[in-house]
Amino acid sequence: MNALRSILLRREAGIAVMIVLFCLAVGAFKPQFLTLDQLRIILLLTPLIMIAAMGQMMVIVARHVDLSIGSILGFSAMVSGMLYRFDIDWFGFDVPWWTGIPLSIAVGAVLGLINGLLIQLFRLPAIIVTLGTLSLYRGMTFIISNAKQIDRQWIPSELKGLSQTSPILGIPWIIFIAFGVALLAYVFLNHTRVGRQIYAIGSNPTAAPLRGIKVTQVTLLVFTISGALAGLAGILYASRWGFVNPSNTGSGFEFQVIAAVVIGGVSINGGVGTVLGTVLGVLLLGCVAAALPLLGIPGTSQAAIYGAVILIALVIDRTVRRQGIVGLRRVRA
Amino acid sequence: MSTLETPAPTSGHDAAPARPRWQVVLVRPETMTLILLILGIFAGGLLSPFFLDISYILRSFTLYSEFAMVALVLTMVIIAGEIDLSPAANMALSACIFAWLQQAGVPIPAAVAVGLASGLAMGALNAFMVIGLQLPSIIVTIGTLTLYRGLAQVIAGDKSIRVPEWFIGIDKIMVAGIPLPVVLFVVVALVLGIVLGGTIFGRQIYQVGTSEVAARHAGIRAARIKLVLFLLVGLVAATAGIMTASRLGSVRYDLGLGGELQMVLMAMLGGTYIFGGRGTILGTFLAAWLLVIVSTGMIVANVLPAVQLVVLGALLIVSIIATNFIYSRTQR
Repeated sequence: MNALRSILLRREAGIAVMIVLFCLAVGAFKPQFLTLDQLRIILLLTPLIMIAAMGQMMVIVARHVDLSIGSILGFSAMVSGMLYRFDIDWFGFDVPWWTGIPLSIAVGAVLGLINGLLIQLFRLPAIIVTLGTLSLYRGMTFIISNAKQIDRQWIPSELKGLSQTSPILGIPWIIFIAFGVALLAYVFLNHTRVGRQIYAIGSNPTAAPLRGIKVTQVTLLVFTISGALAGLAGILYASRWGFVNPSNTGSGFEFQVIAAVVIGGVSINGGVGTVLGTVLGVLLLGCVAAALPLLGIPGTSQAAIYGAVILIALVIDRTVRRQGIVGLRRVRA
Repeated sequence: MSTLETPAPTSGHDAAPARPRWQVVLVRPETMTLILLILGIFAGGLLSPFFLDISYILRSFTLYSEFAMVALVLTMVIIAGEIDLSPAANMALSACIFAWLQQAGVPIPAAVAVGLASGLAMGALNAFMVIGLQLPSIIVTIGTLTLYRGLAQVIAGDKSIRVPEWFIGIDKIMVAGIPLPVVLFVVVALVLGIVLGGTIFGRQIYQVGTSEVAARHAGIRAARIKLVLFLLVGLVAATAGIMTASRLGSVRYDLGLGGELQMVLMAMLGGTYIFGGRGTILGTFLAAWLLVIVSTGMIVANVLPAVQLVVLGALLIVSIIATNFIYSRTQR
């Protein structure tokens, strides 16, 4: 009984229950929602969000927010796209197809580091800085690409294969990559010193330096990771959709990611949040996105639903803070 | 400059000599904005004779007057220690509601009234989440930004809704040779400037932003002040949305997309302190003109729209660094 209670007290339990209830509710109207095929669709909707959500989660745990990840995604995808497009004569040899992956990650990391430097060195609020870099990076994407799209034929087929071919069970590589990133994030946040320090900074920014935590370095690292993961999401965007567009790619992506993270029980007051919760938040978002077309709700309502979901999650977060789902009952009583 | 300063006496309130008046005025962020504005006009004049034509600048300003009006109210919200990123989405949703209603046959005045009321309701939702539920306004307004813009998309879909011919062209109406949106902007600036600078309510906004706890202990109803401000942002944003509808002649869900950047930028360029408690309407007023000069200058100089995005983003970061620097130097 105690074990059950301690499981129910965890915030993740609430999200898992929400996922199950949501799927059952949709399944009651449309039985085909509860099939394995549908699971595959849901999983395919989520990898980009999941990867970026891991970075965003660390940023929010450290009591910041990163609004620029959509633009970082677009910029790093575009850099790799340009590489593929002009690869013919580069130094006289063909660039291998996987070059874009480390390149995107590196470009994203640099952009994330710039965010971190501005925030940490000048003591500026992350929201304003990343609002500025959101516009700045997006503009740079237009400039380097000359406002031209990278079309399907430029993206190497091996890269596109990452989202189509599967090593096992018919599940594409891209999903394994996403869960691999989540696993790494779990190990990093729970089993390394720096990972724990991120939580310490978010819980109490004043006390953290007194405990000998190098706040500047850790914060820079967090923003760099967030940028690098957005970069990885960028190259996977090219893989998944087969094009990179200077204006569409990654635009509005930050809101989906923030929605997923906040649903996942990561507290906006910093210091609280788990990888499992974030993964569940991403999956819930994926379920919602997959259910819309089945229920005949037009795709144009997706943004509104994300917005509503963020607000609902915020209210729940406030109610459940430190109490698990049991807290909901107490408040109602 | 610190070499002349004597070590502070151990006691006494009059330890530090008062700064000379010219220095106080000179290091105000608004002064910087004014200097930049004059430089901008000068540089623009060299670039193209258009800039010496006041009616050209006024006409250019109509493109930004809606954002500028909202930025004035946003300045007060930021001074009170909160932020609102949702007004641009609010503009889109109010305009969509208005346009959809009038297309469905509702008379225009009624449709305008409903549009304004919905803007007010959006402000009320922000206020409820921030004040009632004690959630941080940063994340709340990110959520409502997504929600309002999404609802606008639900209403309008991917199409644009036309407004009747006679309703189009608020920017073509001239009052003493000045386009009506500019006149409205100046009037709003005057009213808010008097409220913020010359009334008890205005002074209380500064106190709430400087230290909310201290303000509450001093008997200031901080929650009520913030409620008024959020409602005001909602109402002015809805007005701005309907003005935009009249200027463009049709409404799409992406009306004013990205406007939050420009609004925040105007407030920051005008020297509003992002952590609350400092800033003036005059600063934002000047910053709006500065931004118009810069944007128009870039258009006249045939700068690519993409470069303009970069410049706006960089300008936001530079202006907030500069403002923080000035304030940290002049702290008492």
